[in-house]
Amino acid sequence: MSFLDKLFGKKNSADSAKERLQLVLIHDRTDLTPAELESLRDDLIATVSRHVEIDVTAMQFGMEHDGRTQRLVADIPIKSAARRRASSSRKPKAR
Amino acid sequence: MTAQVITVTSGKGGVGKTTAVANLAVALASNGSRVVCIDGDIGLRNLDVILGLENRIVYDIVDVIEGRCRLKQAMIKDKRLPNLHLIPAAQTRDKNAVSASDMTRLTKDLRAECDFILIDSPAGIERGFKNAIAPADRVLVVTNPEVSAVRDADRVIGILEAEDKGPGALIINRLNPSLVRRQEMLSADDVLDLLAIELIGIVPEDEGVLIGSNRGAPVALDPKSKAGEAFRNIARRLKGEEVPFLDLESGSSLWERIQKLAGRR
Ligand SMILES: Nc1ncnc2c1ncn2[C@@H]1O[C@H](COP(=O)(O)OP(=O)(O)OP(=O)(O)O)[C@@H](O)[C@H]1O
Ligand SMILES: [Mg+2]
Repeated sequence: MSFLDKLFGKKNSADSAKERLQLVLIHDRTDLTPAELESLRDDLIATVSRHVEIDVTAMQFGMEHDGRTQRLVADIPIKSAARRRASSSRKPKAR
Repeated sequence: MTAQVITVTSGKGGVGKTTAVANLAVALASNGSRVVCIDGDIGLRNLDVILGLENRIVYDIVDVIEGRCRLKQAMIKDKRLPNLHLIPAAQTRDKNAVSASDMTRLTKDLRAECDFILIDSPAGIERGFKNAIAPADRVLVVTNPEVSAVRDADRVIGILEAEDKGPGALIINRLNPSLVRRQEMLSADDVLDLLAIELIGIVPEDEGVLIGSNRGAPVALDPKSKAGEAFRNIARRLKGEEVPFLDLESGSSLWERIQKLAGRR
């Protein structure tokens, strides 16, 4: 790693290797491609949205690992009931 | 006492399985254990040359399995270490000449005769690998601090877990301390973080390994070699001893020591 590389913020190759491996191993271990993971995320949003109103922009979704166990972690903020009522009172009731 | 069967495997080829088996074998035998090595790489026999025993082969593992000789006849005794024996792989046969139950039967007959049975697995995750892990009480997974070797090691560890062989213990081989310090090579901690299994040894890149293989004398026989020391430490850990890991990654060249003194690192 040369001085110039550091100056221009180029990452060490060991860091790139580790980050790339982290992603590759998730997919190898779970047999899920990034595209499949994306569609799982969309399905999850659709399912949860049928029951509660969620804040998709603030949602967190991804794989974490605990030792050799992969964990699918989703953190989905739910819009508060007050705000929901406020916005729905302007529209005709669904039921 | 019955022997422990230890299989050395890796997924990726060329990472140092045969080197590890040869070195662990001489290190264990030097400490008085009775060791039998089995070359499980049918068709690509190599453990014999690395151990320097290639000129004495008469029978091989397939001869034993197919009943052309007795087990004892296929066991080549090492002249340096009389309690070290090798059962060579067959060179002119393919891996289908051996099955997993053949390996289990063979090791069963050997268990009463020695303390350690070390099996050198072929690369890959096919039949030869399956044969090699079938009789294992313990599996050592060799990897290099490099993306493809780590990825393949992870695959192998996954298969070991699925086959109830436990996750295995990891040997990180060919670590280059100065590359690690420049952050141009994965460190042992990085590799452990990724693979999340027990570590049993870190072996540095060492030209002595090549020189030793030229001579048929594994580096673990050389008291001055760093890689040799790392392999001797793994052998002690296999015997249940607690041995601290060598500090390979901290600065050791004169320039690095000066920088350290000057507080630059
Ligand atoms: N610690 C080390 N330092 C330097 N060279 C090494 C080290 N370990 C292994 N090597 C070299 O790497 C090469 C491959 O080693 P080895 O034959 O043991 O690998 P292998 O995993 O058994 O390969 P295969 O998959 O073909 O059976 C050899 O040339 C060996 O000398
Ligand atoms: Mg080999």
